[in-house]
Amino acid sequence: MAKRSEHPTDRATRLGLGLVAAAVAMTVLAIAYVLGSHAWDAFRFAGTSLATGSDWDPVEPSFGAWPFIFGTLFSSAIAIALAVPIGFLVALFLTELAPRWLRSPLGILVELLAGVPSIVFGMWGFFYLAPKMHETFEPWVLAHAGWIPIFGEVTPGVGFLLAGLVLAIMILPTITAISRDALLGVPRLEREAAYALGATRWEVARTSLRSAKAGLFAAATLGLGRALGETIAVTLVIGNVAHSKLRLFDQGATLASTLANQVGEASDPLMLSALIALGFILFLLTLVVNLGARLVIERPWRKHA
Amino acid sequence: MEEARVTSLRRKATNHAFTTIAALALLLALVPLVGVTLYVLQQGAPALSWDFLTQVPKGSDDPTSGIGPALQGTLVLTLLAAAIGVPLGIAAGAWLAEHGRNKWGDAFRLLLDSMAATPSIVMGLFVFAVVVISTGHFSAMAGGLALGLMVVPVVARTTEVALRAVPDPLREAGIALGATHARTLVKVTLPAAGSGIVTGAILALARVAGETAPLLFTALYSAYWMRGFDKPIAALSTFIYQFYRDPTPALRQQAWGAAFVLFVAVFGANVLVRILTHARSRQP
Repeated sequence: MAKRSEHPTDRATRLGLGLVAAAVAMTVLAIAYVLGSHAWDAFRFAGTSLATGSDWDPVEPSFGAWPFIFGTLFSSAIAIALAVPIGFLVALFLTELAPRWLRSPLGILVELLAGVPSIVFGMWGFFYLAPKMHETFEPWVLAHAGWIPIFGEVTPGVGFLLAGLVLAIMILPTITAISRDALLGVPRLEREAAYALGATRWEVARTSLRSAKAGLFAAATLGLGRALGETIAVTLVIGNVAHSKLRLFDQGATLASTLANQVGEASDPLMLSALIALGFILFLLTLVVNLGARLVIERPWRKHA
Repeated sequence: MEEARVTSLRRKATNHAFTTIAALALLLALVPLVGVTLYVLQQGAPALSWDFLTQVPKGSDDPTSGIGPALQGTLVLTLLAAAIGVPLGIAAGAWLAEHGRNKWGDAFRLLLDSMAATPSIVMGLFVFAVVVISTGHFSAMAGGLALGLMVVPVVARTTEVALRAVPDPLREAGIALGATHARTLVKVTLPAAGSGIVTGAILALARVAGETAPLLFTALYSAYWMRGFDKPIAALSTFIYQFYRDPTPALRQQAWGAAFVLFVAVFGANVLVRILTHARSRQP
């Protein structure tokens, strides 16, 4: 089209829109550059111990972000462990088992979880779930399986496990929606052939899971990307203590929750630079995870924000 | 023969177990939805009154204390986000759909997808570094920009998808009538894709209206009515964050009241949009 003589208006429109698209797309590069350059002072001050050191003390000053990186990865891992099996099962139920007329309404209900503001989830977790954890769940688990070191001790209820649970709820709609689409993409003939051979629904589901595995992997990865960066809900329920032991009931902090707590109060330029470095690390982490999902499947997330 | 019967029984039992577990998973997924809805409505309802919605915060012992500025702030910030994010998103999406079937389009899509995946707190930090540090103060404009940047990739994506779904004969009809490509886009293609774009924009705006993290160090918080785009401004979410665990019960109650209002607005928009779109295009 553009090869033949193009109307001047068309040319102007094409270039104008292209300019906007380019500018908007460059934003993400600008984010990387701006955060990277503001974090530079902290990198120069702390070197690699900025990522590996476990002492975060703005007064001393010492900037080791490892407890926050650990907290981010640990809480997200819990979330994935809870949300992926449930999300896949729900997706299977919505594509394979539910009566046809119920599929769409049930799908909407699950997606509506994404319409609850993050801070409302946080308040619910803090005021409703945390006391339940403290009074009922933690003592019960410790009485029956306390000898396993992964649990820790009874705490006020907030901590890694509660953060992981709240995150699991928040990423469930993402995982369900993308894995449902992946399962719907399995060729109809493949499933009907299996049924025709006398396969049960479970056996059909198993073959569907196998043929949709790229999409399912992407669903889990994109859920992980969301969990890593989620801020306010986690800030309310994780306890905000720099701590890096692999114990589910312990309190901790994530990169995002530390930013939420400390940026507003940072007056010292070096401290601010170190905090922006936390943001830079978080940015890189989510970028790598999302590019990873993209390698496996061509843009599964274009339909889902 | 006996062996075949046992196998068949086992297969049936496995199938029943699978059906039951999948149904339980769905129930489990719906528990938090119901739980959070009931809890926030029940905790927040006692705070509601006309004064609560229209007055400024006056301290803990004044019964006419309210969240007026926070309500106003959320509205202003969301409108700013719309003014910044929606036009940019539509323009970028239109280019991607109409001229983006090449390596530039692929590169821009990759970058926009990365932008969509950027955590909201990082977006706040970016605007903090670019706007707040250089101007030296927190502002409504900075908050609106942070939210607006979050809206852009979502609107760009829904615009591109909606435009791609417009059948080519419609475009060809426009061209055949002697219209330019640009005029066809504005008069034919974009209107045909209109409902999809509007749906995407509303969902994106509802999402950022409920955001807290990107506002913490851009818009900050304010106890007063809006004093200008260059001044800090309140929002429902930051009001809640400020007071949710205040030692004074009256202020905690107000935080719950604000949560009630925010929940109803954001969740309500989601319910409306999703019901309307699913009613319009029934899935196979």
